[in-house]
Amino acid sequence: MEEALVRDISPKPASAPVNLFLRRGGRWQESLIQWVFYVCALVSVITTASIIVVLVKESWGFFREESIFDFLFGTTWTPLFVPRSFGVLPLVNGTFLIVAGSALIALPIGLSTAIYLSEYASTRVRSVIKPMLEILAGIPTVVYGYFALTFVTPALTMVYGETRVFNAASASIVVGIMVLPMVASLCDNALRAVPSSLRQGGYALGATQFEVTTTIVAPSALSGILASFVLAVSRAIGETMAVTLAAGATPRMTLNPMESIQTMTAYMVQVSLGDVPAYGIEYKTIFAVGSLLFFITFVMNILSAMALRRFREKYE
Amino acid sequence: MNEVGNLPRRRLKAKLFHLFCAFVTFMGVAFLVILLFHIWKEGHHWVDWQFLNSFPSRFVEKAGIKSALWGTIWLVGLTAAISIPVGVAAAIYMEEYASKGKLNTFIEINIQNLAGVPSIVYGILGLAIFVRWFNLERSVLAGSLTMSLLILPIIIIASRESIRAVPSSIRQGSFALGATRWQTVRAHVLPAALPGILTGLILALSRAIGETAPLVMIGALAYVAFVPEGPMDSFTALPIQIFNWASRPQEKFHQLAAGGILVLLAVLLMMNAIAIIIRQRAERKMK
Repeated sequence: MEEALVRDISPKPASAPVNLFLRRGGRWQESLIQWVFYVCALVSVITTASIIVVLVKESWGFFREESIFDFLFGTTWTPLFVPRSFGVLPLVNGTFLIVAGSALIALPIGLSTAIYLSEYASTRVRSVIKPMLEILAGIPTVVYGYFALTFVTPALTMVYGETRVFNAASASIVVGIMVLPMVASLCDNALRAVPSSLRQGGYALGATQFEVTTTIVAPSALSGILASFVLAVSRAIGETMAVTLAAGATPRMTLNPMESIQTMTAYMVQVSLGDVPAYGIEYKTIFAVGSLLFFITFVMNILSAMALRRFREKYE
Repeated sequence: MNEVGNLPRRRLKAKLFHLFCAFVTFMGVAFLVILLFHIWKEGHHWVDWQFLNSFPSRFVEKAGIKSALWGTIWLVGLTAAISIPVGVAAAIYMEEYASKGKLNTFIEINIQNLAGVPSIVYGILGLAIFVRWFNLERSVLAGSLTMSLLILPIIIIASRESIRAVPSSIRQGSFALGATRWQTVRAHVLPAALPGILTGLILALSRAIGETAPLVMIGALAYVAFVPEGPMDSFTALPIQIFNWASRPQEKFHQLAAGGILVLLAVLLMMNAIAIIIRQRAERKMK
């Protein structure tokens, strides 16, 4: 570090013209470097653009053959065998069954964990639990799928008696565990960002810690908490491997979590596991379903970012 | 007024709430312990040299993860080679060069959105662009390009944060001595930001190691009885192999999957440990 500095500024006696030349060369390099960096920054914009172009182009081919109305509101999804039917609602139903189940686990547990970490835990307990949650968050989703199949489903069988091998319940449980660390860590950030003067005001009025937490801290952090909830739901919607392994491959309109279902993501995996002819209708369905998935998660991510911005404006 | 008069009850409530939150928190930790214990119990007796050094097979006793392990090494190596320069360069541009204009805000929002796109969407992007349009087939290169796009937002966000944390006095000192912007970045900003950037890179690459869905979408194969020798070879990867074994009905294959998971988790834990060591060293240096 220092060497470079010395090299750059060390006076070179009687070499003024050379120096000038170097500087001019330096400027030329400078703008080249800046230009290269600029292109690298644009890669992300190009990525977004290509996602949209690919989704629109490929699903355009699909919607020329099938009506978009039947796709969005049809209740039978049998694209892989005759009679073909392209109503996507059973897949959406499956996805939302998973989302509801996992939210039931991840949101309350995640929020309570965050409250414990930010309001109650000592620094030492925090420094043990935080890394553990990080490990939980870093475990690949296929591992959760395996866990659902070989541990959660047998456990459900023990509790409820005979259970299907593939069911929405065990998939939702593991998806819930999977997004829990994210909820906990985002809510923790939000709660900790609430100024401690607000808490002290509460205590000064004689409130207990429970009352301070539930009536002052949590409401103050509400938009941050909501942002994390929306993000968690969006993650659960896009979750793929666990639901593919554990939830089954039978698209159906049901609200019973003990049934075998299929989510949008699991369908996409199912199709690509079979050998799909590149330009058949099955290939195009991936992109139609993918577009819907992208659209839903995109809207949720934007909502979450908006909630977070409101929260930041308030406290940061 | 009623509430004020009920002090013992309010205190009890507070106590119960505290206990409840603590209980729930330890439940989360318990999930982790149960998960790891279950996988260890199912898989540890499968992990031996023969398992690491055999190709997948129909016969459980002969099956191994040689091709998957090598596929993952190829995939991560290529992904790192593609995504690290691009990601760090993008982060440098946004922090050190870009004026705080509309374009920069646009790129920033865009990167945040990309970080939230489900991984399977990157998979169909890779399928359409790299596999079909560029005709890269189901090669390691197609997989690495797809993974690179997936982890770029993570790399950029982490690198930007650690570049931003470098005090601006360091830059000003360098400028004052006549250094150009690139000289300043190369000689001062990057070395100071390096530990943070490295940590981010390791976390991003461990994400690439564990991701399954994009690889399934671009058609990485499950049965590969050879080690890839170049970027255009077809390949399999650890998570794909695990997925394949876990999706079979036979119990023995589930145990093989657990063995594969143990190897995968060991790799990930090692990477995380390295990241933690780098972070701690940097913190000690700062002090």
